[in-house]
Amino acid sequence: MPKPIKKSRKINFYYLKHEFYGKALVTFFGLFLILLTLLLVVFIASKGFSTFTKDHVSPLQFLFSTLWKPDRDLQSGGPVVGALIFIIGSILISVIALIISTPFSIGTAVFMTEISPRLGKKLLQPAIEIFVGIPSVVYGWVGLSVLVPFIHRVFGGLGFSLLAGGIVLAVMIFPTITSVAADALRALPGDYKEASYALGSTRWQTIRKVLVPSALPGILTGVVLGLARAFGEALAVQMVIGNSIRIPGSLLDSTVNLTSIITMDMGNTVNGTVWNNSLWSMALLLLVISFLFIVLIHKIGSKGRVQR
Amino acid sequence: MENNDIKISTNSLELFYGDIHALKNINVEIEERKVTALIGPSGCGKSTFLKTLNRMNDLIPSVRITGDVYLDNLNVYKQYDIVELRKRVGMVFQKPNPFPMSVYDNIAYGPRIHGIKAKNKLDEAVEKSLRNAALWDEVKDRLKQNALGLSGGQQQRLCIARVLAVEPEVVLMDEPTSALDPISTLKIEDLIDDLKEKYTIVIVTHNMQQAGRISDKTAFFLHGEVVEFDSTEKIFSMPTDKRTEDYITGRFG
Repeated sequence: MPKPIKKSRKINFYYLKHEFYGKALVTFFGLFLILLTLLLVVFIASKGFSTFTKDHVSPLQFLFSTLWKPDRDLQSGGPVVGALIFIIGSILISVIALIISTPFSIGTAVFMTEISPRLGKKLLQPAIEIFVGIPSVVYGWVGLSVLVPFIHRVFGGLGFSLLAGGIVLAVMIFPTITSVAADALRALPGDYKEASYALGSTRWQTIRKVLVPSALPGILTGVVLGLARAFGEALAVQMVIGNSIRIPGSLLDSTVNLTSIITMDMGNTVNGTVWNNSLWSMALLLLVISFLFIVLIHKIGSKGRVQR
Repeated sequence: MENNDIKISTNSLELFYGDIHALKNINVEIEERKVTALIGPSGCGKSTFLKTLNRMNDLIPSVRITGDVYLDNLNVYKQYDIVELRKRVGMVFQKPNPFPMSVYDNIAYGPRIHGIKAKNKLDEAVEKSLRNAALWDEVKDRLKQNALGLSGGQQQRLCIARVLAVEPEVVLMDEPTSALDPISTLKIEDLIDDLKEKYTIVIVTHNMQQAGRISDKTAFFLHGEVVEFDSTEKIFSMPTDKRTEDYITGRFG
């Protein structure tokens, strides 16, 4: 029978130097990051909830009222903070971006993985990486100086519009959806393609009926990631959306979204006022929505894995 | 010799992978509604030969083929549309490769891509194919479940059913039982025995006993050549060529 290993009371310096320090260091970084995340959430939540706890705004009114008069004086009834316009703005603009971007992204992903992998690797992959690297202010500026006048001339209206914001966002989320979708397609086993061809399918039938459906969980993950990015983007959208506080009647109307109102108003408001607190509530709302997106991605991911 | 109809024949078939001469002057005749086994050591060209019959080698860019393959006296490489050819010559692969969709959709895939849309016709095709592949009783209650949840042996029979649903005339099988346990292997072998009443079957196998059990004719491949092609009985009892004898008795390979 082997002897049980006794714990030595003497400190093993070799072990300390070559194992413990490194382990302690990376553990510290890991824990620090977790702590930071928690603190951030707690901070935003405490700020965001003060609208409801301290200023006694009803959460329902905040979420479902379109009345935004955060600076109304007490004689007229005091400030009202209904964020529905911003919420609708954010949803509309993200959905428009998604509707424009998804077909392009999936098409590009299929092209670069199935139709011409060589061209995909040499030309499209670098192009997509460039897209990712362009700062959002540049997207916004190009949108402002090209897209806005273009929409104004061709479709009328101011040019600053939901449509302009949607298009700028569509370009910005295109690389995200494309690269995740392409990875999903590339990860498929070659068997599927072989089996499909052997049954007499054409290449297009194989792509359409086997490859894309098989890669769907991965592709959807890309779409949700794109949606999350669209929801959170502030600067580029703010530059082209017009920032008028109203529910847009058409694609060509200007409007505003959650991120834009936060960046516009945060500098003009005094810490602790209803106005300022309601901006924090919107930040909290953005945080909650991005959590939901993350949960959704995990759900899709686990649905895609099939038990063998 | 009995006088049988020839389903597939090749004439001076040669195949190159880039510079590698993988098939050398292959001249064989495969009989209709018989099981023809292709045996030989790894890398001898038997799988490559199998894939020339439904042009699966076309997918590999570096492959060059000369000579002719005939299916029902029409040239496979010149007189057939590739979709039509693969409809008539189905293929079962070494590793079970069902699509990650339901059992039903796997079987219905072939009929669907060939234009059958009516629900009742698809239902019929699915049931018939699964019955023919001896899988119906095991999966009839879970047609809507994902096919990847089936066992390996069931998956392979599903793949056979998927091929049968396209109503082919020839079924090519590339070591269909090498990834399966003995019981599943036995089931597939029984199935092959049933299938040869309706289909011409060409099967690549590493398993000599399997070739002996299930095939009517056997071709022995070595270094890209057909060394001997005769009735299975003859190949296994009194092969003409010394190399065949050596391989069969396990002296190399």
